[in-house]
Amino acid sequence: MIRKITYGIFLGIIVLSLILFFAAFPFGKNKMAVGKYYLKNDINQTGAANVVTAVTLDYRGFDTLGEVTVLFAAATGVAILFYVLEEDKKKRERQVYPNFVVRVGSRIIFPFILLFGSYIFIHGHLTPGGGFQGGSIIASGFLLLYLAYPGERVNRSKLSVVEGIAGITFAGLGLWGLFTQGNSFLFNFLPKGQLNMIFSAGILPIIYIAIGFKVASEFAGIVDDMMCEAVCSGGEK
Amino acid sequence: MIYYIGAFLLIAIGLYAIIIKKNLIKILIGLDLIASGTNLLIVSIGYVKGGTAPIFSKGNILAKMMVDPVPQALTLTAIVIGASELALAAAFVVILYRHYGTLDIKKIRSLKW
Repeated sequence: MIRKITYGIFLGIIVLSLILFFAAFPFGKNKMAVGKYYLKNDINQTGAANVVTAVTLDYRGFDTLGEVTVLFAAATGVAILFYVLEEDKKKRERQVYPNFVVRVGSRIIFPFILLFGSYIFIHGHLTPGGGFQGGSIIASGFLLLYLAYPGERVNRSKLSVVEGIAGITFAGLGLWGLFTQGNSFLFNFLPKGQLNMIFSAGILPIIYIAIGFKVASEFAGIVDDMMCEAVCSGGEK
Repeated sequence: MIYYIGAFLLIAIGLYAIIIKKNLIKILIGLDLIASGTNLLIVSIGYVKGGTAPIFSKGNILAKMMVDPVPQALTLTAIVIGASELALAAAFVVILYRHYGTLDIKKIRSLKW
């Protein structure tokens, strides 16, 4: 009974807030406040053709650093929850082979997935895309390989090295801008270049490449943990 | 307008799954539906009638024709955070299943109220 009353109160609050929301924000009307400033000054201040990238990495770059930290914390949490000793891992391993088409097809497709993912994050400041999307695409390639070869594992220490280098690149670029060039964290100290060229927008493409590697290695680690949970431990205990 | 309705429906379906369903996996799916609905809502707030994507891809696209970039940037970060948190929640569900041998929240002692 108490539970139903609590649910009712919560539902009432949610419906009321949605009604207030629909009244306050009519659809399709121009209600930009800070967005106008970003759209007007984007080309002069950052040189990135994609304004969303400029907002994510330049105007709100510190926010993105925090987000990458949250991602790292979540990946570490998954690794801790699924922690299995190395010898137990080998002992329990079950060999399940999917059919021939999946095994051969995934080997053919995997390099193209890597290529597409890196295209997405290298062109993050020009086209819709960026480090997070490209990294997720690359991690989906790793997932495909895991589905085709359940017995194989990626080298986790190499993944950690890639992840660490990418994180240090992001934070180090920000600190470099803070201490040597300007007086703000993630100051855009490289030349802006010409709009719509690949070498433009200063440090934004470098940061997005670092984010791409970091997201790819973290998601690949999560996939590795989950697949090991499914294949090598069997879920007993 | 259809985006507002779709976002509202997604949130409503997610709430239904969280409140009514007893299986932990279905509750997770409900949480993810709520996250998707919220993202759709945030992006559709920033829509301007007749606007284009906020990318200076050609010379003839001007800043005043574009939609609001700030909600899109926020949603970009929210999607990635949502995916990683879903992975963490799934890991917790696996641990709970190992410990209790069931996914029914009525039978799991520490989730009963």
